[in-house]
Amino acid sequence: MGLTKSSTGKNACDRFLDIKTGDITVALMGNPNVGKSTLFNYLTGMRQHTGNWPGKTVTGATGNCTYKNKEIAFVDLPGCYSLLSHSPEEEVARDFVVSGEADVTVVVCDATALERNLILVLQTQQITKKLIVCVNLIDEAEKKGIKIDKEKLEKELGASVITTAARSGKGVNELLDKIVKAKETGEDENASLGEEEIEQTVNRAAQIADACVRFKNTNVIERDRKIDKILTGRPAFAVMLAMLLGIFWLTIAGANSVSGVLSQALFKTEEWLNLALIKINTPDFLRELVVFGGYRMLVWVVSVMLPPMAIFFPLFTILEDLGYLPRVAFNLDKCFKRCGACGKQALTMCMGFGCNAAGVVGARIIDSPRERLIAIITNSLVPCNGRFPALISVITVFVVGGIFMPAVVLTGAITLGIVMTFLASKFLSRTFLKGETSSFVLELPPYRRPQIGKVIVRSVFDRTLFVLGRAVATAIPAGLLLWLLANINIDGMSLFSWFCEILEPLGSVMGLDGVILAAFILGFTANETVIPIMLMGYISGTVLTDGVGLAQLRDVLVLNGWNTVTAVNMIVFFLFHWPCATTMLTIYKETKSAKWALTSFALPTVVGITLCVVINLVCNLLS
Amino acid sequence: MRRLSELVIDESGVISYIDTKNRLRRRLYDLGLVPGTKVFCVAKSPLGDPKAFLVRGAVISLRCEDSSDIILE
Repeated sequence: MGLTKSSTGKNACDRFLDIKTGDITVALMGNPNVGKSTLFNYLTGMRQHTGNWPGKTVTGATGNCTYKNKEIAFVDLPGCYSLLSHSPEEEVARDFVVSGEADVTVVVCDATALERNLILVLQTQQITKKLIVCVNLIDEAEKKGIKIDKEKLEKELGASVITTAARSGKGVNELLDKIVKAKETGEDENASLGEEEIEQTVNRAAQIADACVRFKNTNVIERDRKIDKILTGRPAFAVMLAMLLGIFWLTIAGANSVSGVLSQALFKTEEWLNLALIKINTPDFLRELVVFGGYRMLVWVVSVMLPPMAIFFPLFTILEDLGYLPRVAFNLDKCFKRCGACGKQALTMCMGFGCNAAGVVGARIIDSPRERLIAIITNSLVPCNGRFPALISVITVFVVGGIFMPAVVLTGAITLGIVMTFLASKFLSRTFLKGETSSFVLELPPYRRPQIGKVIVRSVFDRTLFVLGRAVATAIPAGLLLWLLANINIDGMSLFSWFCEILEPLGSVMGLDGVILAAFILGFTANETVIPIMLMGYISGTVLTDGVGLAQLRDVLVLNGWNTVTAVNMIVFFLFHWPCATTMLTIYKETKSAKWALTSFALPTVVGITLCVVINLVCNLLS
Repeated sequence: MRRLSELVIDESGVISYIDTKNRLRRRLYDLGLVPGTKVFCVAKSPLGDPKAFLVRGAVISLRCEDSSDIILE
């Protein structure tokens, strides 16, 4: 399902401490990437972030469902390999289980790797007897010819066992039945968990698995090995680049066709709104504020910014569900290690493509606090979903050559962001964040076929709602504010013009101008509003009767003195400038330190300004 | 004395002991990499490091500097 509305932006942070009390509280725990969140989503109707790589759930989440007249509260915990925790998100899980707050603990296991999963089951049994073992991904196991003897497993473990396929809901009702029954019986015990015990636990788990699991063939495992030879072997980097290029090509192609149609339709509605307000004798000032300030901004964001976001996200989610992302981390680990960082930063970087705030929270999967900070501070160096459309707009306006060339340039821009992430990580680990590199242990999950149809529909819908919501919450106020600034005059010039004048010197040194910088500053709350603000800033002095869509963008820009250098620097500054408001807030919450929050603000900004000045200087010297 | 880091793709071995007492050992034990475990090398990063091993039905990737602490029989 990928990153969803409820797991990005300000929802990326903790909110599970407020457990809604029900009749029964159930903790969902288990190894990473076994389907806890999928099960949770199915049971509660919520939309936690799911996908085929370990480490997506880093904060807990709670949700309810009603079954046979009982109110059941579920707590979706981050995955852990054992109750002896190593990183913050594992501690969340461990602390919750040990606290005894749950009436029933469901340990979710991966049917295709039962032996390893049983280690956690056996450990948990020492803490609580009110335990249900949920063997999930039973459909995947069937495909691989893995047969699990449920009755024997129940006997060996001395606990209830349910087999499920959470993705399709199979077995879920039996699970709910068992949960309701379990609350009524059983008591808890206290036991210690030492290291010596782990060896015994591991061997016991192997014993049980040996007795209860039958493998019919190994062909499907061979398939994964063959795919890995391509995705992690010699052609790995070429494949990664091709993958990026392919996704961007699809995004640009899809967005272009949709944007044009949406633009025209929505600008018509702007005319209607205008006429309607005239008809009811709205005072001019108010009418223009609403129509040309707020509404026009909304139209712009929806028609130009929304389509790329609604296309990129589902594509990225499919890649996630496939299980490709850990392979990316695997391939890039050496680069990260050379820069003093952890390979898991590749995963948080990928999350950053979706939403920088989610990427920051996702850094909890990194054990070492020093490396976690590096991942947090550098996360904004890759563009998030809100910045993609802006990059695409500028690129498609200035790069001719259908769709392929813009896709190549976009891929180049993203690659620049990734390279800068490496350089910045290296810089940080040599200066402010010196220290040892920690170990890197990452599980590579089996490839799973994504439910492509389902993902596309759900993701498009979810993303559209998210962007619309954000547009209403941030774009409209930004538009209103901008219109006010542009129409309140002091000494013959509007406030907005004064603002741009002040920024003009810095702007021209950077190869940009005051309006652009003003747009970046005013777009602090949401990156997708920067281009509309800039546009409105350019045309605010003029009387424009027609709506300005992507088609007219080039004319407006050229009219205002844009050339290729301006476009290049615009792209560079879009890649490297301060994080958006939500991300800044999230960074502060995660690091609990004003110092690191300020560093996260300063680093990309300094990089951006420096690069722009240098490029401008070089281009001027050459011409 | 063979180390896990020396395994090449498609080679397998059995763990004898882990030659370190640091935090990593606990993590490896959690994942099932205890003495007597059969491991099978299934992938290598294009840059040579890390390598991925099949352990108890799951694939775990480890850096060479860490897997060199794991001694095989």
